[in-house]
Amino acid sequence: MEEHFQHLYQALSQVDGYIYPNEIDLHWGLMIVLYPYITGLVAGAFILASLERVFHVKVLKPTYGLALLTALAFLLVATMPLVSHLQHPFRSYEIFMTPNSTSAMAIFGFVYLWYLMAVLLLEIWFDYRRDFVIWSKTSKGFKKLFYQLITLGINDTDEKSAKLDDRLGYFITVIGIPSAFLLHGYVGFIFGSIKANPWWSTVLMPIIFLFSAMVSGVALVMLIYMVVSWIRKVDIDMKCLDTIARYLLFILIIDFTLESLDQIHRIYEAEESFDIISVLVSGKLNITLLVMQVGLGTIFPLSVLGLFQFYKPSERVRKFFYFLVGGMVLIGIFFMRWNVVIGGQLFSKSLSGFTSFKTVYSGMEGSVMAAVWLILPLFILAFLLWLMPPWKKVTYHE
Amino acid sequence: MGTNGMNNRRKFFKASAALIGGTIAMSIMKPLGLMAQTDSDDNTQEKDKLPLWGMGVDIEKCVGCGKCAEACKIENNVPKEPFYFRTWIEQYTVKNDGEVKIESPNGGIGGLKQSVPDKDIFKSFMVPKLCNHCTNAPCVQACPVGATYISPEGVVLVDDSYCIGCSYCIQACPYGARFMNPVTKVADKCTFCYHRISEGLQPACVEVCPTDARIFGDLHDKKSDLVKFLQKNPTEVLKPHLNTKSRVFYNGLSSEVR
Ligand code: SF4
Ligand code: SF4
Repeated sequence: MEEHFQHLYQALSQVDGYIYPNEIDLHWGLMIVLYPYITGLVAGAFILASLERVFHVKVLKPTYGLALLTALAFLLVATMPLVSHLQHPFRSYEIFMTPNSTSAMAIFGFVYLWYLMAVLLLEIWFDYRRDFVIWSKTSKGFKKLFYQLITLGINDTDEKSAKLDDRLGYFITVIGIPSAFLLHGYVGFIFGSIKANPWWSTVLMPIIFLFSAMVSGVALVMLIYMVVSWIRKVDIDMKCLDTIARYLLFILIIDFTLESLDQIHRIYEAEESFDIISVLVSGKLNITLLVMQVGLGTIFPLSVLGLFQFYKPSERVRKFFYFLVGGMVLIGIFFMRWNVVIGGQLFSKSLSGFTSFKTVYSGMEGSVMAAVWLILPLFILAFLLWLMPPWKKVTYHE
Repeated sequence: MGTNGMNNRRKFFKASAALIGGTIAMSIMKPLGLMAQTDSDDNTQEKDKLPLWGMGVDIEKCVGCGKCAEACKIENNVPKEPFYFRTWIEQYTVKNDGEVKIESPNGGIGGLKQSVPDKDIFKSFMVPKLCNHCTNAPCVQACPVGATYISPEGVVLVDDSYCIGCSYCIQACPYGARFMNPVTKVADKCTFCYHRISEGLQPACVEVCPTDARIFGDLHDKKSDLVKFLQKNPTEVLKPHLNTKSRVFYNGLSSEVR
């Protein structure tokens, strides 16, 4: 606690203008930046997988299973930063026991559960069930046991049952798309519905969150597909990669348009909060917003991907740039979340001053912990890929 | 085998759907009041007899001595560090060149001193702040578990044993009236000294104010000092455009105040 106070005294000395005394303690830190970031990766990866399945975009086939497992790996971690930031983490189950129906955060718990249990797990299960049965006959030890258990005793492998799996899986994917939209749109609503905060309170917030989620999820799957192919020493399917990159371009354009629209609207209406927000953007957020989010995370990828639509350099060059662009986009979206969550707390609700935010390394809210939450899903993904490699599947959906 | 498996799967599908659906339905029905109520909730008559607490603040009377903020910290065990306040006083100084300077060192505890030379001052005034006990309280709307609620007498309270410490209410309060208590680790705010008013006493801040700048009372009671204050003075609430329907009313509120 003493350390926290010292931290606050330091922040107090850096206050610029007037802020309400209770605002010196910034309540949402890195963990709340991670929460929409990770949820966004989930929604984005899932939507990419669904594109392939529902709209029959055959060239994306090599990434279908990968995208689903990526979504699952990140979804399993998505609530961790949220729970660990609570002052009373052991009471978090109360959100499910006695939810307040007017609270955006409470309803998110159910959206999350619905998405995890009713959509993602079921879809993966239907996609893999027949393979589990087949694999359980050829493998040994832990894997065999896992496959046997996970089939839940439904062991038929004939054509007809595969068809049924396929039909149910398809049905779930169709429900899954709006669910994924809901999942991340809802995260946007958690911020967008706070009328006390003019930086957050915009009706566009859910839809901006949704498109930025797609951007980050698609970029992530693209990167993971490249890395996994290198590790497996197999050729990258360039047609697939080019298509993902093209989708990334389109979604980025929409995302950028929406965010620009939001800013233009603010500038044009120039409401009460405009003065402080313009100082915020040009001052406290200039690096994270203008350089990281807009410059590196948006304009650079847009230019490269846009150029590739007209001029196609060699595969090597394309791969290099796709990798670079994927990384930049992921960094850019991280800073987009940062600018929303941290940016929204840097100015006072009295609209008369600024406070500052300093990242700490250690502790539950520190950057080390943040790195853990970001790396953990990759380990989970590696484990899932080992346990249920999409490339070893013998059953494919239509 | 095939059809049998299909049946199994259908059963599994149905069972899981029912399980998930059931859990969600139960949790939604409860807060919406769709499930049978155990205790009779027909206490409207009872409700009419209850007071509806509110406060008036007379900016013209406040001298910025900070006694109220100090008394509040003592009365309610608020941590003494200058980052935690249930009530505080802001000093506004409008300079001749139009610049507005706002200060509240240590929330005004120990008394506010003017730092701008007299010749540069156009006008200056003090504004005591506290939770507005909003009728449309954004904090109550936001709390995911319902730990923040409005008492039957219109006082916005936090249930310490229930709050999960998510800080969502703090983000949702437009007035900076809430803080995360570093000792109890739950959201904390002004309660109008609920423990005192329930005993017929005045809130601590009202009791110690040497100039009677704070007027506490029952909005239902036409003879209360508060109702008289509201009748006599043109009053305004903070940030009225946010439609929080605040129950703290200010006399002499200047447009610089937010
Ligand atoms: S002033 Fe803030 S804490 Fe008090 S009732 Fe209104 S929103 Fe809630
Ligand atoms: S901090 Fe406590 S009172 Fe505030 S919203 Fe969260 S659970 Fe509710």
